[in-house]
Amino acid sequence: MLPLARRPRRRTGGRVQHLGRALFVAPAALYMLAFYGYPLVKNLVMGFQEYTTRTFFTGEAPWVGLANYEQVMGSPIFGRSLVNTLLFTAGSILGQFTIGLALAVFFRRTFPGAGVLRSLLLMPWLIPLIVSGAVWKWILDQDNGALNRMLRATQLTDARPGWLTSTTLALAAVVMVNIWIGIPFNATILFGGLQDIPDELYEAAALDGATGWRAFRYVTWPLLRPVVNVVLVLGVVYTLKVLDIILGLTKGGPANATQTLATQAYQLSFVEFDFGQGAATGNLLILVSLLFAVLYLRLSRQREQG
Amino acid sequence: MTTASSVSRGRSGWGSTAVAVLLVAVMLFPVYWMLNVSLQPGGGGAVASPWLPLHPDVSGYAKALRDQGPHLLTSLVVSLGSVVVSLVLATPAAYALAQFRLRFTDAFLLGILVSQMVPGIVVANALYGVYSDLGLLNSLPGLVLADSSTGIPFAVLVLRAFMATVPGEVVEAARVDGAGELRTFWSVVVPMSRNALVTAGLFTFLFTWSDFLFALTLTTTDDVRPVTLGLYQYIGSYVQDWSAVMATAVLASLPAVVLLLVAQKYVAAGATAGALK
Repeated sequence: MLPLARRPRRRTGGRVQHLGRALFVAPAALYMLAFYGYPLVKNLVMGFQEYTTRTFFTGEAPWVGLANYEQVMGSPIFGRSLVNTLLFTAGSILGQFTIGLALAVFFRRTFPGAGVLRSLLLMPWLIPLIVSGAVWKWILDQDNGALNRMLRATQLTDARPGWLTSTTLALAAVVMVNIWIGIPFNATILFGGLQDIPDELYEAAALDGATGWRAFRYVTWPLLRPVVNVVLVLGVVYTLKVLDIILGLTKGGPANATQTLATQAYQLSFVEFDFGQGAATGNLLILVSLLFAVLYLRLSRQREQG
Repeated sequence: MTTASSVSRGRSGWGSTAVAVLLVAVMLFPVYWMLNVSLQPGGGGAVASPWLPLHPDVSGYAKALRDQGPHLLTSLVVSLGSVVVSLVLATPAAYALAQFRLRFTDAFLLGILVSQMVPGIVVANALYGVYSDLGLLNSLPGLVLADSSTGIPFAVLVLRAFMATVPGEVVEAARVDGAGELRTFWSVVVPMSRNALVTAGLFTFLFTWSDFLFALTLTTTDDVRPVTLGLYQYIGSYVQDWSAVMATAVLASLPAVVLLLVAQKYVAAGATAGALK
């Protein structure tokens, strides 16, 4: 994945030159250290501190050992948030990926207008998340939302589900919106992967009698696997961090039904102003993400070998 | 050859077009709904919006511009600022990472990979304290710098991928002609990378324009308020006027639409780079 072989160019040796060239990277490297490295370390430290609004006036953040973690993990909301985070991520990825893959396979056909229609599909991915949140909030409105009005128009049901106000439906509704947002990304990347599969393989498979589903199963899927791995793991890493869409739709409610580790970290730090507990929650979220990163590295190693 | 491709790619024809149009129509219903409601006379949650904008009414836009005009301007300024900061930092870095063999190239690329896993809320949590000390809360530079955290890693990846394709001979030739490192970079490599720079710039603009988290956490007053936060406040409590909300949503979506219409080829390039991200 990363170019690990270091072959110094003979013509360009020399300490001074190396230093001069390093200066090209220095500003960006310093930026990354300040805006990613520092926050990571700082959050680790803050997780062990009583860090509140008072800290900003007194400059004091007393050490409290593991108290933040104990409080965060001991709170009844934590279990809920953790489960919601996993359900939200799993549900979103499952939906985005299957629908995205179906669309990608469909768009391999050549037909008039395919290019324009395919790029129109990118819309949900390109508009700001909070815009999607606002639009869906009105569509999912219990009394006058477009979805419930359509449901009633079908005459199949009289019910008006409170998509965003019912504790049993809210998480599913938020997942649905997030699926809608993620479909274009999945479809686009998988489409790119499909385009790289040579036509000859399908021709050969067709000669052996494998078309349709069998061609997908024995040609498309195995060759698409590397791309699938990347899409799935990137999807997981990005979905774990999602905040905008949940805050826009439900703010984590009703009654914490859509609270995730990310929204909980926001809530603790920026609503309750307990930055120590917020940091602890954020660190736990990173821990979950790390578990998936290990998976990612293992997959890409497999990919290099295979 | 035609037979082969019709076997593998499915039969081409208007039937597929019809299915595709239907799929796109379903997927883009929310976008249609946003446009439709934005053109309806104002109304709160008690009023069901008509299905079609048969009597277009721009009062929603008038209210949106009145309430959110300054926020749209803030978004524009912050986004442009972030494009400048991101490209200025990322371009030389991408060049060096692509063309030189530096000791810490791997470390830097690993850093970019790790950065993708860091939740924005963790960054915001740590920045809040520093920003408070440095007086960067509620400031344009503060928001520009924080928002660039999405653009810079992305721009480095896009530009590096492109600059790696610039033949080493071109760079060598410039050097033989007596150009220094800086001159070679500025007069040879940068002009050659125009398309990649446009892609990186457009996406950085879009990332920053869409930022909600840093606006939410690093501003506390109305002084520096991007439109994403303005929209959030609109929908945060009981909504008085959905038409103004949707008009704001349409205005906030304009950069994405413009990007799709005007710069389609750059979008495709960016989407592919997004996968590497």
